[in-house]
Amino acid sequence: MDTRANLVAAEDVLFFVNAAITSTGQREFRSDAAEQRMSLQFLHAYVQGNYRELYAATLALDINDHNAALIIHRLLADTAGISPGQRRTEGRLIARRLAAMPPQRVYRLFARLRTAKVNNRRTRAIMRDWLAARPDPAFDAVKYRSGVKTAARHAHLPTRGELGDFLFAPRARTRYDHPLLDTYRRARYTQAALYELPFTVAEGFAAKHRIPRRVFLDRIAPGMTRLERLRLQESAREARAGEVAADLGRMPLTRLASYVLALPLDTRAARRAELTAALRTAARRAAGDRAGTWGPTAAVLDDSFSTAGSTQKRRRPLAVALAAHYLLAALAPRHRTLWTSGRTDELLLYPYGPTPLGLRILDALEPAPERLVIVSDGWDNAPPGLAGEVLRAWRERLDPEERTAVVHLNPVYDADAFDVHRLSPAVPTAGIRDAEDLPALVELAAFATGRTGPAELRAHLDRRVARFLEDPR
Amino acid sequence: MNLDGLTPAPSQVWGAIRLVPLLRAQPLTDLRLHREVYEQTPYGVVRLNDGTAYTSYIPHGLVASFTRDGGPAVAYGTQIVEPDRPVRCCPVRFHRRMVRRGDRGRVRFFPLHLAMEGYLALHFGGPSVIWEEWSQRAVRQGLSPRTEQAYTGGEVEGLRDALRIFEIHPGQCGVLVYAADALAAAFVVPHPDDYRVLHATLLQDMYGELIHHYAVYGGPVPEFTARLDAGGVRSLDDLRAAARAQEREWAAFHDSTMAAGLPDETYTYDRQRRMGRYDLVRFRPPFERQREQHIGEAITGRDGRLAYLKTFRLSENQVRRGHLLTTLAAHDWHIGAAAEAFGCTHEELVRRIGRLGFGELVQQHVRDHAHRRGGA
Repeated sequence: MDTRANLVAAEDVLFFVNAAITSTGQREFRSDAAEQRMSLQFLHAYVQGNYRELYAATLALDINDHNAALIIHRLLADTAGISPGQRRTEGRLIARRLAAMPPQRVYRLFARLRTAKVNNRRTRAIMRDWLAARPDPAFDAVKYRSGVKTAARHAHLPTRGELGDFLFAPRARTRYDHPLLDTYRRARYTQAALYELPFTVAEGFAAKHRIPRRVFLDRIAPGMTRLERLRLQESAREARAGEVAADLGRMPLTRLASYVLALPLDTRAARRAELTAALRTAARRAAGDRAGTWGPTAAVLDDSFSTAGSTQKRRRPLAVALAAHYLLAALAPRHRTLWTSGRTDELLLYPYGPTPLGLRILDALEPAPERLVIVSDGWDNAPPGLAGEVLRAWRERLDPEERTAVVHLNPVYDADAFDVHRLSPAVPTAGIRDAEDLPALVELAAFATGRTGPAELRAHLDRRVARFLEDPR
Repeated sequence: MNLDGLTPAPSQVWGAIRLVPLLRAQPLTDLRLHREVYEQTPYGVVRLNDGTAYTSYIPHGLVASFTRDGGPAVAYGTQIVEPDRPVRCCPVRFHRRMVRRGDRGRVRFFPLHLAMEGYLALHFGGPSVIWEEWSQRAVRQGLSPRTEQAYTGGEVEGLRDALRIFEIHPGQCGVLVYAADALAAAFVVPHPDDYRVLHATLLQDMYGELIHHYAVYGGPVPEFTARLDAGGVRSLDDLRAAARAQEREWAAFHDSTMAAGLPDETYTYDRQRRMGRYDLVRFRPPFERQREQHIGEAITGRDGRLAYLKTFRLSENQVRRGHLLTTLAAHDWHIGAAAEAFGCTHEELVRRIGRLGFGELVQQHVRDHAHRRGGA
């Protein structure tokens, strides 16, 4: 009885982790945002209610920030009846995760806590500690002004001196000693001052001063963050602001893949050498010291019409697959990728056609690779279910000793099934958000077959938690 | 009429809707969608200009600027025309609200309650011999305006999503729409590019109440998933052969079982027009009761190949009405003779005409008389 319950627990937690990695509460190809959110809310409530300890421990995994914020919110909102030990662990996990999250997300979480009227002592302490650890409070006050204000109010933080005046009584002073605060004040009157501000803040002032877009972009370019630069590549090109042009190889791999897939086909063909080199560089960096260490690898990657994603996640599944292609090529010197559509020029991909996964998997298994990676949303439809059957027959009859390790990575959360769509029970399936996590997921996927017991899963989680907490990142 | 040359690919299922793509190994290049239709899509006419001569067709109810002045006009009845020849159409003026921003660059069909009436009027002209029982209205206007209840695709539960998430196959030239595994509509075009342009218009098509109800109450239909017998598999080639066999099995099953209700030799085919190698036919079923029946239009090649097909599934009530009308037509609209064929009396037939919604067509005093005799 006890082991059975444990097995169920292990399964539930794996469901939850898959959901927390893939779903962002946004619209997907087959379900809308409301369905995704409702499904996700249910999973969160279920796991929190039944396995609170494991629920908190998932903060140590590579779940996405949307779900991390949800978990933290729920943990802080419901504190009744937990032991002091658990409370301490949760507190450390939350603090560690908040430190790793982008600040705008943390400020949004704080605002949500305020709306939900969650204001217990623990919440206030966590907010206070996080704010105290921010490297430059004045910078935050300028860039995330309303976020800082809300947090300061909600956590009852003393904001005296300059910073307090800046936030709550901006007209109380005629000048500030802190240079950034003073720049912000001067930017209202002096155009030159706004270029010393963070990009998002300066953009508002630029509109106020009616600065031409090209001039503004060229002068603000050195102050942009890496992702701001990537985001503005194309609009800067249109505005002919040459300064914004970035070294694409420095960008994160999956984001870069998204950027490439957003370009028109003609542009991609014209900039082929540059884009390919950038993708290769980014992939080599993501592979790190694992580069070139994998044996012969094959990949079946989905580029069917369903990889178009949604208006909110444009071509995200295809971007993950494209990034996975370059990452695998960096990891394994002998790598072969098969796209479901049969196309071979990965730079000119766009979502097209059905998903004949089964036949492609057969092709991929032909040279008996050491490892087969499948990146697909799992809606195998030409014919339906063939991929699962092929994998089962292959395991049963042709490769019972498991010389080929097969893993299915799924970038799409299926709201109706409360899990990512699976291909076959014979093959582990794991959710994937960024292709950069692929090596870790391939290693973790062993748990998803259900052959590894709950004890191992718990041990693995404990290890991850311990590593997460001491990592000084 | 058969689906020769069209291979069914595995179906894609969403809720109660099953879509079966039909693939053509060799697309027909000498019959293409009218260039006006391409001009309003993002695909443009570029694809059509490969220098070869071709005949154009225009599906019934399609809106495009067919007229000289460039205003929107609706094609009345499916047509085949030489390119750059005038098209039989009615200019239409859209209410301002109907021309939404999203409609630009999208192929559009006429609002269907209107198209539907025209459609049925095309099939049933009205009394050809003026017996005294028929009212003046029936004589002057035939059966039109004749309204039949139909639902646009948007009202059919799940069809919108099913069409949105449908993954179009390369080389796909048609689709069969099933609701709760009842064949709702068959749609075939000559060329894959035409299909891409017209795929979304399936949502603006009309579907009978039968399909509407099936889609609501039919519940999710199962996928026909592949099953491999692993027992005899010794190599990858065996596995591949088994997978291929699955595809053939599905095609055979689909054509023999699922699409068995498509028009056959019991249907009546009226050739409307002949152009080049192609015939435009309008067909109607034998109107037998308790049987799946469709009306529609088709373009067939001289070699018997199906180039274009569009069907509308009739509900049981519509079949009854059709049965009545065809019997009347077969007896030159003579009520007495038709009553004899039905094996009923003159008065009973008049009452039946009234019950099936054609009462207006019969003179008032004849109806009153029949009612009195019926004791109702």
